[in-house]
Amino acid sequence: MQKIIEARGICKKFGKTQALKDISFEVSEGEIFGFIGPDGAGKTTLFRIIATLLIPDEGTMEVMGLDSVSGYRELRKNIGYMPGRFSLYQDLSVEENLNFYATVFGTTLKENYDLIADIYSHIEPFKKRLAGKLSGGMKQKLALSCALIHKPGLLILDEPTTGVDAVSRAEFWGMLRNLRQHNITIIVSTPYMDEAMKCDRVALIQAGRILSVNQPDKIREQFTRKLFSVQAPEKYKLIHALRSYPGTVTAYPFGDSVHVTFRSDEFDNSLYEYLRGMGITNVVIHETRAGIEDRFLELMEKGTTAIDRG
Amino acid sequence: MRTIFYLIRKEFIQIFRDKFIGKAIFGVPIVQMLILVPAVTFEIKNVRLCIIDRDMTTESRELVNQLEGSTFFKVTFSTFSEQEANNLLHKGKCDLVLQIPMGFGKETGNGNPVRIMVSANAINAVNAQLSWAYLNGVIRDYNRNIMAENTSGGTLPPVPQVQVTSRYWYNELLNYKYYMLPGVLGILVLAIGFILAGLNLVKEKESGTIEQINVTPVKKVHFIIAKMVPFLIIGLIDLAVGLIIGKLAFNIPFEGSIAILFLGSAIFLVAVLGLALFISTFSSTQQQFMFTAFFFIIVFILMSGIFTPLESMPAWAQKFDLINPAAYVMRINRMVMLKGSTFQDISTEIYSLMLIAIVFTALAIWRYRKTA
Repeated sequence: MQKIIEARGICKKFGKTQALKDISFEVSEGEIFGFIGPDGAGKTTLFRIIATLLIPDEGTMEVMGLDSVSGYRELRKNIGYMPGRFSLYQDLSVEENLNFYATVFGTTLKENYDLIADIYSHIEPFKKRLAGKLSGGMKQKLALSCALIHKPGLLILDEPTTGVDAVSRAEFWGMLRNLRQHNITIIVSTPYMDEAMKCDRVALIQAGRILSVNQPDKIREQFTRKLFSVQAPEKYKLIHALRSYPGTVTAYPFGDSVHVTFRSDEFDNSLYEYLRGMGITNVVIHETRAGIEDRFLELMEKGTTAIDRG
Repeated sequence: MRTIFYLIRKEFIQIFRDKFIGKAIFGVPIVQMLILVPAVTFEIKNVRLCIIDRDMTTESRELVNQLEGSTFFKVTFSTFSEQEANNLLHKGKCDLVLQIPMGFGKETGNGNPVRIMVSANAINAVNAQLSWAYLNGVIRDYNRNIMAENTSGGTLPPVPQVQVTSRYWYNELLNYKYYMLPGVLGILVLAIGFILAGLNLVKEKESGTIEQINVTPVKKVHFIIAKMVPFLIIGLIDLAVGLIIGKLAFNIPFEGSIAILFLGSAIFLVAVLGLALFISTFSSTQQQFMFTAFFFIIVFILMSGIFTPLESMPAWAQKFDLINPAAYVMRINRMVMLKGSTFQDISTEIYSLMLIAIVFTALAIWRYRKTA
């Protein structure tokens, strides 16, 4: 399959801050490729380099066969970029924004209507409304429509679902799935681990480094230990107790439970006794399947720099 | 071409969608013209005079009468105490103190020279100088009268004199409104263009919309031109509004060609817009831009020659004015409106302004980066 993005050894520094360090990855045509990582991991910097808005200090970024630095003019005609912050004209209406971006790219709304119909139809009833007066979910759909209006080969979405409600988020991912039939490659960043499962492949990124690139399921399988879910009424106390238990390797909060790994990959009655000694009763423990977040935390814990490719 | 047209159209939609700016664009020139033109004047009327007449003769009273007879002076106080007069001056109750010494009438009658003393409040140097000059004029007149009286007896031969008759060309009545209005038109166009265009670009930076524009294939040149054209048009419309007010409210004469005036202002606007956009490429917030813009606008206006003639500025200031677009437009406006200068007469100004406009615009385009 054709490579849409080939990044090799990308480094970027802002003053003394190393924003990106030796980033290498490849994205194939038609993929939905996710970048998962906490705030400040370097996702936006990386996306701005791919979008030709930043020049890397080191390394090469090849996008659709063009170098992102020397070929930026050609590239800009063929990429759709949706920045993390809503960046359309708030004082122009929905329709005016769309028409404006269509013209700027030398096309018309009519020409590519079928491409955005699925998304635009949600906001079309409000086309006379000013973009600034739209709700968060509608703004996001408008931004996506504008990014798609010129039928780009690559869509770059920087945290598109941040600050959007759960229903709209699910809807949004549904739309992205539908875009694959138009042969559009999508790279998307998100701080939400649950959204990682919806990507074809994900890269875990932390402190400017890629920790791992793989299919979401594979990443889960790479979890090295047995994982246990521990539940008790007082979660905060429970975490502290578990972390102080000598047999514990890691203990992280996860929803309403705590995900724990043990040195021996198993536990016995001494754990229950230990917890009871700390005043924690009604403890429920069962083995569970590691999620992406668990693997992410494990990689962070190790501070590993080894990149495992899938 | 179609892209530029759309970019410009977008700017216009945004400008007039902003309810305040949309109205202020036309309200500001009207108010500015009506306030600034009549207010900014060097004409001095009603200088408050305090008289210390220690002589109390017909001669001294005649001098006072002559002073009072002119429109410049108003005798507001009369006293015999120098201390009281100084107090009045100190408290700001009068602007000028005139002391006529004892024996004034007698000495002038005998044909001997006498001295009178004038103290002026020089907090405002311009005011003090002008009222001093006016007073001198009145006293000169008075002197001539005395001489005429003394010689009329026929005892002395007539003294040959050079009579100076002055005529003020291009503004015969020395009407300050005629002098100020062309300058105020320049200020108007400067402020509108500079602030609106610069803020517009910085606002796109602040709201992040520039990020979205930067990833489009829009060319730098197109983008900058699209930012200039709307404000160029608005500036020229404001100039027209200003001229109409000048005609209706102040009946300002217009000797030259309107086309040349507009040509001059259009080139001036391009220079100003270019500089504003150049500065806005450095600023990341509207506050930063306003601070810098304020500096430039003040320097440009005060050094433009609108208040003080260029010729009386120090040499370095005159050199600076070679790159001050406001100095050129001030000259062009005055020469075209009051003197009726033709294109040939002001071609140096026009070409210099054109050069400045090209340089500033080129700087703006060069500095505007689509990639960081």
